[in-house]
Amino acid sequence: MIDPINPRSRQDAFGSKINRDHSPALVYGVPWISILLGSLTPLLPIIAPAPLLPPIAFVFMVAWRQLRPGLLPLWAGLPFGAFDDLFSGQPFGSGILLFSLALIGLDLLDLRFPWRGFWQDWFIASGLLAAYILLAAVFSGSQVGGEHLVTLMPQFLLSLFSYPIIARMVSQLDRFRLFRVRRLG
Amino acid sequence: MAPPSNRSGSNRKAQLSVFTGYVLASVGALIGAALLIISLWQPQAISGLRSMAVDATSSAGEAGASARTGGRSFFEAIAGYYRAGSRNAELQNENEVARVKLVEAQAIEQENKRLKAALGLRDGEVKPVALGRLIGSTSSSARRFAYISAGSSEGVGREMPVVSPMGLVGRIFETGSHSARVLLLTDSESMVPVRRSTDDVVAFAEGRPDGSLRIRLINLGINPLKKGDVFVTSGAGGLFRPNIPVAVVEELTKDGAVARLLSNPAATDYVSVEPVWQRDAVEMLSSSPSAPATESE
Repeated sequence: MIDPINPRSRQDAFGSKINRDHSPALVYGVPWISILLGSLTPLLPIIAPAPLLPPIAFVFMVAWRQLRPGLLPLWAGLPFGAFDDLFSGQPFGSGILLFSLALIGLDLLDLRFPWRGFWQDWFIASGLLAAYILLAAVFSGSQVGGEHLVTLMPQFLLSLFSYPIIARMVSQLDRFRLFRVRRLG
Repeated sequence: MAPPSNRSGSNRKAQLSVFTGYVLASVGALIGAALLIISLWQPQAISGLRSMAVDATSSAGEAGASARTGGRSFFEAIAGYYRAGSRNAELQNENEVARVKLVEAQAIEQENKRLKAALGLRDGEVKPVALGRLIGSTSSSARRFAYISAGSSEGVGREMPVVSPMGLVGRIFETGSHSARVLLLTDSESMVPVRRSTDDVVAFAEGRPDGSLRIRLINLGINPLKKGDVFVTSGAGGLFRPNIPVAVVEELTKDGAVARLLSNPAATDYVSVEPVWQRDAVEMLSSSPSAPATESE
């Protein structure tokens, strides 16, 4: 007699494996839209007397890049940076430059250290964030002196601790992205 | 753990696509660098694009801003419910406004005395150009800009002062048709001519990166300032009308003081945009080659 098949065997965490496939709109749309939405944080009703919020779009981009290398094309820094510059208050071009350099840097790092753990990813992200915040302050056109560097510290620390949270959000978004919602045939 | 990335190996086509990727990314970075140099050189070069983007999204921001106002009053109501007898959030606010108004009135009185003595000149009532809500601010950049929900379709133009009931907030930097960007007083590029409200000690108020103002006296010598002195705009330069409260001294320094902003933009709901006080004077100053610091960008 034939044993009944385990009903879960044709399913996994992303839904049925028969007759269903990933939707390209979700697979490619979710990372792009989440990063672009991160650029809209200046429109949140927070009026800060000093720079405080982490650069959300940048953190999202680094987190997506760390979780899924190869999902974002290497040139993605140009559109993400340009959109971020429209709202961030930085002079136009600073985001394009910094986002592009970060993606190139992460790609070169992948060559050198192909296998990494979460702690290494966090360490790399914090290095990138420190460089980003410092260079953005330099590019902003205001004089960067000793006391200015002190006021950048709270923002840097917040960004540092926002990385694990955002990385977790990105992994949730990644599960959502890979649901098999498209019906075949 | 990140999987090993898709290195090309000996596949010629894959090698070429990796190479193309690097070329495109480097070109992107170079475009960014070029645009950065252009926009540091000419800050207004792509302002149209930027204001269009903020115009397109400002309605969402405005909804957020009204939620902020509503949310705050909601929590205040709860606080008043539980702490009986302390409905003082609103009263405190009113009292604070009244205190600032008192200083303003004293300043006007003093100014009147001075002007009557000198010229007999009187300035008329200033009517605001437009009213707007503060939508948001560049809270992750080192520059301090805010967005307001009034633009050129309401008559808002560049360099117009933005005033809240508590005092000066900043001035218009760029306008879109339904939104505008405000250069806040705490931006490091912002500089406002001020004087002490009780006499004629004149100074400049400059923005500091930590969100306070630096008062720099023009006549150096013995520092006459005291803690708690209130500074109001002096009207020099023609941009801001005189006697708008700006800041209160918190800490003395060698050449002036560090002052706290009177109109904390985070606590303001509505702001009014006022016309440029003396347009002719501003145009004359900005057109002459040896223009002073009123046109700092």
